[in-house]
Amino acid sequence: MTRLLFLLLIPLTGFAADPIRVGSKNFNESYLLSEVVAQLLETNGYEVERKFGLGGTLICYEALKKGEIDVYVEYTGTLSQAILDLPGNPGRETLNRELGALGLKLLAEFGFNNTYAIAVRQEVAETRALETIGDLAGQADLPFVFSHEFLEREDGWPGLAARYGLAGHRVQGIEHGLAYQAISEGAIGVTDAYSTDGELVRYDLKVLEDNLAYFPSYFAAPLVGEQLPEEARVLLETLSGTIDDQRMQAMNADVVFKGMSFGEVAQGFLASRGVVSEVRGQSLWESLLRNTLRHLQLTGIALGFAILIGMSLSLMVYRSERTSAVIIYVSGLMQTIPSIALLALMIPVFGIGVVPAIVALFLYSLLPILRNAITALANVDPTLVKVGQAIGLSQRELLRHVLLPMSLPAIFAGIRTAAVISIGTATLAAFIGAGGLGDPIVVGLSLDDVELILQGAIPAALLAIVTELAFGLLENRLVRRPRRKRT
Amino acid sequence: MSCVEFKGVTKRFGDLKVLTGVDVACPSGQTSAIVGASGSGKTTLLQLVNGVLRPDEGLVSVFGREVPREGIEQFRRGIGYAVQGAGLFPHLTAQENVTLVARLEGWEEASMRERFLELLDEVELSADVSDRLPRELSGGQQQRLGLCRALMLKPDLMLLDEPFSAIDPITRVELYERFEHIKATQSVSSLLVTHDLREARRLAEHLVILNGGVVEQSGPTSEVLSHPDTSYVSSLVESQLT
Repeated sequence: MTRLLFLLLIPLTGFAADPIRVGSKNFNESYLLSEVVAQLLETNGYEVERKFGLGGTLICYEALKKGEIDVYVEYTGTLSQAILDLPGNPGRETLNRELGALGLKLLAEFGFNNTYAIAVRQEVAETRALETIGDLAGQADLPFVFSHEFLEREDGWPGLAARYGLAGHRVQGIEHGLAYQAISEGAIGVTDAYSTDGELVRYDLKVLEDNLAYFPSYFAAPLVGEQLPEEARVLLETLSGTIDDQRMQAMNADVVFKGMSFGEVAQGFLASRGVVSEVRGQSLWESLLRNTLRHLQLTGIALGFAILIGMSLSLMVYRSERTSAVIIYVSGLMQTIPSIALLALMIPVFGIGVVPAIVALFLYSLLPILRNAITALANVDPTLVKVGQAIGLSQRELLRHVLLPMSLPAIFAGIRTAAVISIGTATLAAFIGAGGLGDPIVVGLSLDDVELILQGAIPAALLAIVTELAFGLLENRLVRRPRRKRT
Repeated sequence: MSCVEFKGVTKRFGDLKVLTGVDVACPSGQTSAIVGASGSGKTTLLQLVNGVLRPDEGLVSVFGREVPREGIEQFRRGIGYAVQGAGLFPHLTAQENVTLVARLEGWEEASMRERFLELLDEVELSADVSDRLPRELSGGQQQRLGLCRALMLKPDLMLLDEPFSAIDPITRVELYERFEHIKATQSVSSLLVTHDLREARRLAEHLVILNGGVVEQSGPTSEVLSHPDTSYVSSLVESQLT
């Protein structure tokens, strides 16, 4: 209990003057650009809070709309297609007309266009004089091999082939992860890629120009909320046109192939613009401690509430078989909502960060506590209940002196299960900016960096084991067992 | 004066009539045995006395006072209760089981201990059992503690719901002796529910024979046994006592 109180007292967010909250999605380019934004702001005296690795477009966008973050980097194509549902290939002015009504603004673009790209080997491009996608017509001997998704998508190969008159060409499918390797070895001639992939640099590939403007544009730019100060907007506008496709490819390659951190690459980029910034690094132990504490805070508070509400609810309903069944059924339904979906569902109501994470974890912890407590309380030997009544115990005394102590082992087992589930699920809270041990896991997944993933996974596993053991010890102290028979 | 009196008592569970027009007075200071087969309504009759069940018709009174609706817990604390299998709470030690209600009543630790040891003496248990959990005790020891629990608050009335069944014959005879000893030393009236007429003959001065929710015969034990009123009673006497 003292531990729970202690955790409650740790401030949920630790800032004095309002810092600028910079969000990012959970893939490398988004981390990188947000890091550029963050460092630029910091260099100019702003305090920045990084809410990186948010689990996808919708989460970032909703967080910005609700004022939970002040800025993140978005793509024009994503805005028009996934968010605003606008036809065609609208430019920034059109988008800003829509966004303005919501109090949001897309600042000037970085310059590059991260869209689908059709890539060939540099050497192939030279020998066959390939410049545009249209030049592919008549290259019947060149193997066209695309990722399965690209082959299926309406805005992928079928539309592209129709637009450029390539429909007659034979195509094959390949796993996207293998395509780069295959094309660099000459096993395939043409494949799809994203135009800023670091692999384009690494494997020396040429992106053919989409001269008929088939692919929607995905120009990246800072998307800001109305609360972001004007001076900060002006500052971010200075990034306009500073990163072209090649530059972005190179920066992505630095992260993926040279193992540089987002901070270092961003710093290098800013230095090339004459801006001296600092990488706010944290030592392994610092970040481990911070993540672990946050993780404990999330699960501890959620579990505390789950115990409180779960036990109260159990005590209220255990005597009615019907109500108990309904309660268990409803809390069981919560359990069937995939955790990442439940977290996403929290955003419209609670925004992002610690609060929705705690609410989601609370909902997950409820079922094992409720089910065990209700089942145990309702299944105490009826003879003992009858005896308790007959010797003059009131309902309250019966509960206090008979039902609860007898149900304690089962109730404890429920709380224990809830705690372990909570610790595991809390790693997903990083997707909604709640931090915790999920943070290094999310970044590690984006970077394909096993070491980073383990920095979150190992402490989380240890935490689960320690919790399990601690509850075991606590249970031993609270639940009375017969001593060894005296002889 | 009767310790317990039933006047025109009828009890139904849904459509099932469990007791019909029961008129019985159990004499004070004695043990009255309620004898009948399973399903004869004898346990139901007992549960009407401490208000766990309420009659649909008729009146139940204890020492001339109708079973109250308000303050039923306090009323029950004035009535000792022992049940088949002892019904000790598995998470409490022997002493905690016996003294649970006394503790809730605010007894001093010392007087609780004193009364507990006194009762252990009555049922011939050694003080060694005090801190043991029920599962560390034999069935006979548990049942003796069950009797101690019933007697802890010095009740004027005890309700005994087949406390001597489900126990091996040798232990049972020992328990009979303990109960007889208690009857001799503690001034307590008892209602003993049993299906065993021999047990009733040995322990009870008064008999109530129940059959299908109806009282077949009730009166002093010797009289009922020597002069059965109904064919059911005579066949019961014949089958069990000869």
